[in-house]
Amino acid sequence: MITVDDDLLREMYRRMSRIRKFEDTTKELLLAGELYGAFHTSTGQEASIVGSCMALRIDDSMVGTHRSHGHPIGKGAQLDRLLAELMGKETGVNQGKGGSMHLSDFSIGSLGETSIVGSGLPVATGAALAYKMRGDDNVSLCFFGDGASNQGTFHESLNLAAIWKLPVVYVCENNGYGELTSAKDAISVEDISIRAVGYDMPGVTVDGQDVLAVFEAVSEAVDRARRGDGPSLVETKTYRFENHAVGRLPEHYRSAEEVEYWRTERDPLALFRQVLIERGFDEQQIDDLDAAVSEEIVAAIEFARQSPAPPPEAAFTHLFSPSAG
Amino acid sequence: MRTVSYIQAVTEAMTEEMERDESVFIMGEDVAWNMMGDCTGLVEKFGTERVRNTPISEAGFVGAGAGAAMVGMRPIVHMLIAPFMYVAFDQIVSIISKSTYTYGGQARLPITLRAPMMYGVSNAAQHSDRPYATLMTIPGLKLIAPATPHDAKGMLKAAIRDDNPVISFEDRSLWGQSGEVPDDDLIVPLGRAAVRREGTDVTVVTVAGAITLGLAAAEQLAAEGVSVEVVDLRSIVPMDTETILDSVAKTGRLLIADPAHEMGSVASEISAIVAQHGFWSLQAPIARVTTPHTHMPFNADLEKLLLPNADKIVSEVRALME
Repeated sequence: MITVDDDLLREMYRRMSRIRKFEDTTKELLLAGELYGAFHTSTGQEASIVGSCMALRIDDSMVGTHRSHGHPIGKGAQLDRLLAELMGKETGVNQGKGGSMHLSDFSIGSLGETSIVGSGLPVATGAALAYKMRGDDNVSLCFFGDGASNQGTFHESLNLAAIWKLPVVYVCENNGYGELTSAKDAISVEDISIRAVGYDMPGVTVDGQDVLAVFEAVSEAVDRARRGDGPSLVETKTYRFENHAVGRLPEHYRSAEEVEYWRTERDPLALFRQVLIERGFDEQQIDDLDAAVSEEIVAAIEFARQSPAPPPEAAFTHLFSPSAG
Repeated sequence: MRTVSYIQAVTEAMTEEMERDESVFIMGEDVAWNMMGDCTGLVEKFGTERVRNTPISEAGFVGAGAGAAMVGMRPIVHMLIAPFMYVAFDQIVSIISKSTYTYGGQARLPITLRAPMMYGVSNAAQHSDRPYATLMTIPGLKLIAPATPHDAKGMLKAAIRDDNPVISFEDRSLWGQSGEVPDDDLIVPLGRAAVRREGTDVTVVTVAGAITLGLAAAEQLAAEGVSVEVVDLRSIVPMDTETILDSVAKTGRLLIADPAHEMGSVASEISAIVAQHGFWSLQAPIARVTTPHTHMPFNADLEKLLLPNADKIVSEVRALME
């Protein structure tokens, strides 16, 4: 067992709360017409995100998915510039060029998110290759979903990482659905982690709603990678509380009862609150953490709203990096 | 000055850049085995870490090149042949061409893809493509097609030092050709065309290996009293439209020789640019000598029938002069 002290527990809860409140806010602003674009929220997957990100150092890198509002937050990004990005503002992390499916914050090791399912896997693998070639002790972590585990890039990347013994951790957030299709109908195995066997690396499945279980499994994989012992695959069984894309699609592919069950019985924040209580925190301390996050959200909304839109010429900038050799 | 072959020039470019900068490395299928003959001496000099054989997993290793570039390496990814890029197309388009832009300038992608083109040698449709026009439609990529040993070396070195993705389309019909290369560090800036032969009656812009055909045609036409200016495009994106327009302003006639399929080709793009911005200089319609919009057949005679050659250029130029 990895020891998790109170400060770490508090920070885990704070980051999960930041993701939850950020997502509740973005949904509200989207439905009110203040945000736009295809919008895939991380709500319900907070434990998987935070448990994984907190196993990393700030200078380790991470690649997200189309459903990754929460991932830079888990890695420690500021909320204001993320929200400004979702509003398409010049102060956004990507200066209004990336939006919901491409949040990135290189300053905290978030190397971007990709909206083509599975396309981030080779990128994370390549970052790990660079670390290994340079002799750096950094680790690259790759988030992807159950759907991506059926892409060729998943298999190619795991094979490359295995033959080259790269310091990379593949975290498969299995939320049960690839777009609208159930993983049961689309994936040949019950546990995606078993696919690690084909690539001669450790594979483990954990309860993705239990932040400590995720943290422990991913920490072990990160340690292994940092030691130079190669890649691992960690599958977190989780659930997205919202539809595939907020406010856009029918939700006839899953039952209201199923969604309700996860929201009431398997909410990672509620579950973690119980753990904190058992570990000696009182309700007030946890409420105070939530309240501080709410204040941060209010400030982030204000910052984003007050920020300028990019000027027309911004459509042409950043096509290339400025310096040439 | 030394005389070296195109393929030697490519090897020298990679060797010198790997010596100069430890973040430069090459990976691809069988590079350490020097399968194509263009990696001679590399593995002996730099070892298998930096001359890295990959499995046959184009999407995987092209994307890994992108990831390595994003955290500061300068990978040269050897595609073996250009059509193998199709297997990695999402990585090239969605990741390599778009990351700098989409992430608001946070990502730098100093990656070079080497894409040798092997056509006209009976490998049939799947192996014979010249796909630069397909990639030209995607913003965020620099595309080059060096046509001399001098440029093969100088432009590849410039590509490796560039902080942006560059795809180098090396025409294998040129690999065996020799030319002069200076002894000192040679950098040929990307984005400039080269006038290979000056003339006054007609401009022939050549793409990639069409340089050989354009120069041969110009020689033949000179004997008939027609003065041909041959412009080697050499950089497809960015394109040096100024040199082309200046030449057409002088000659009043334009032919583009491009080995790729005609529809939506580089030849088409140059035609549109000159029609739009050089129309009043033109004394005759613009002519294109390209490959018709059909696939490469295996049969050697059929394939030869389709590809551009010097005779086709000569005949089209004669028509322009009427």
